[in-house]
Amino acid sequence: MRPLTLWRLLVRCGILAVILFVVVIVALKFGAVPVSLYGLGRDLVSVLLRQTNAISSDYGMIISDIRLPRIILAIFVGASLSVAGTSFQALLRNPLADPYVLGVSSGAALGAVLALIAEPHLAIPPVFAALFTPLGAFLGAAATITAVYFLGRREGQIDSGTLLLAGIISASFLSAIIMFLMTTLTGRDLHGMTFWLMGDLSISLQQNLRWVLGIGFVVATGAIYTTAADLNLLLAGEKEAMHLGVDVPRVRLVVYIAASILTGLAVSVSGVIGYVGLLVPHVMRLIFGSDHRILIPTAAFGGAIALVIADTLARTVVAPNELPVGAMTALAGAPLFIYLLRRRLA
Amino acid sequence: MSGATRTSPSSAAQHSVDASRASGEIRLSVEQVSYAYSPNPSQAPLFTLEASSFQARAGEIVAVLGPNASGKSTLLKLIAGALEPLSGRVLLDGFVTHTLSPRMRAQRIAMVQQESPLLFPSRAWEFVLQGRHPYGRSLRFETERDVAIARNALAQVGAEHLSDRWMDQISGGEKQRVILARALAQQPLLLLLDEPTLHLDIGAQVDLLETLRRLSAENRYTVVVVTHELNLAAEYSDQVVLLQRGKSLRVGSPAAVYQRELLEQVFQTPLSVELGSSGRPRVSVLTGT
Repeated sequence: MRPLTLWRLLVRCGILAVILFVVVIVALKFGAVPVSLYGLGRDLVSVLLRQTNAISSDYGMIISDIRLPRIILAIFVGASLSVAGTSFQALLRNPLADPYVLGVSSGAALGAVLALIAEPHLAIPPVFAALFTPLGAFLGAAATITAVYFLGRREGQIDSGTLLLAGIISASFLSAIIMFLMTTLTGRDLHGMTFWLMGDLSISLQQNLRWVLGIGFVVATGAIYTTAADLNLLLAGEKEAMHLGVDVPRVRLVVYIAASILTGLAVSVSGVIGYVGLLVPHVMRLIFGSDHRILIPTAAFGGAIALVIADTLARTVVAPNELPVGAMTALAGAPLFIYLLRRRLA
Repeated sequence: MSGATRTSPSSAAQHSVDASRASGEIRLSVEQVSYAYSPNPSQAPLFTLEASSFQARAGEIVAVLGPNASGKSTLLKLIAGALEPLSGRVLLDGFVTHTLSPRMRAQRIAMVQQESPLLFPSRAWEFVLQGRHPYGRSLRFETERDVAIARNALAQVGAEHLSDRWMDQISGGEKQRVILARALAQQPLLLLLDEPTLHLDIGAQVDLLETLRRLSAENRYTVVVVTHELNLAAEYSDQVVLLQRGKSLRVGSPAAVYQRELLEQVFQTPLSVELGSSGRPRVSVLTGT
């Protein structure tokens, strides 16, 4: 018997934090404009010491103003999607559940688009204007998971196949509505739109939106983490969990709201990115086991690492052009997913 | 053994738990509970359980018998507090079971169900440690005490050697023992089992019931077991509750309930009932008549 201890949890998170750090450094180095490791190190120190005027390298601005914010965004988005996916998989008892497959991401995207359309017509103080899109995305995500949850039930029990079908159909339906709205109402450039729908981390954020993203991530992930032990028991089913003292309706409510916040925030700043929320939890489960007290924090790190790598590849493989990062995660994720699926069946 | 594994009294509720364990008073009191199930409120109920009553002391084993769809599992869920009765109530140590919080309930009542598959594999010891869940706060790591209790639970069902095995790689009988160990790790007053011998061979069945008999005597659990095994129920239970189509037909000792005409009428099969060498009734099916 080797029950989980705080020490073991911290060691594993520490290792992943080191890996994330290395990945971030590499991601800073690579891009359309080459930067030497030495210049990078010197500039990073300057940035950390807030002596931005001391940045000597010609490319210092690229690093501190373009690549670093983008990488930090990738970290938050990757971690959010991965944590949301982990909790959906446990709560819905479905290894294929994640915000993308369940249509929650599309719901969030529709919410964000509706907020964007409505915003000019509403008198919103500038301070809150930045929050309006994430709020719309959150409401869209929450509405979608509620709908999919009820559509996916049969005779009071969640049915895996029905649930996935409900999710996939909702996703395509919602995407169609988004396309319809964008073309008829705004006449906006469809290229940028499709880019965003496929996931795009190049958006630069306003200062207060960064705060919302950071605080929202910490609060929502923390809320999900308080249910970690309950999620372990839910793996055996809602009835079993209830007999072991889990307040199932409470856990369900906490996880749905928190996961909707995570998905809503991620989608409102980066569009619809698939596979991160689906695959990272599985990979982490293979490495660290299925105890959610360790799985949720490691999935957060794993999602961050995966999305930083994916975004770096999206920036560099066709440089100076860019791929949408969602296309990159799908390119790498779909084959990996098939592999894991076959492995499970074998 | 049981004394060493009990929790140190930490609350008033815990005191009453310990008090009841020591005495031979009535612990479980099922008072005229009834239930009706209908898929939607406008329709007539599909299934009803008429008012049923029985009482059980600490250390007693009660078997709930009856043909399929007679309401056995419903009665068990009502006792567990998982369903709210239409009328009547179930008292466990003075607490109405369905009004307790899930956590309080899980500290008093352990349920062994027909096992449901795990979504992701876990090891036997992880599974047994889950029985400690109702005693911890949400983010707590298991203490050495929890580990000791889980280890002891595995030992009590003779499954220490399974501790490091994966749950999906052990036999049905072994799995049933580990599930029982998890229930013991909850340190309950009341142990509920829903057809625990299903899918087990006869040796494993006898083994499981022997274990139950011994544990209920040692740890003073009150045990309620739903089963189809008439002979095993007669051999191992102190009381029998016989159900038919949602009606509680008779409650009493096996000898009192096992009347040939009654059983034949309930199970719709020609049967013979004899007194076995142990002094308990024995049922055999008469075929070819």
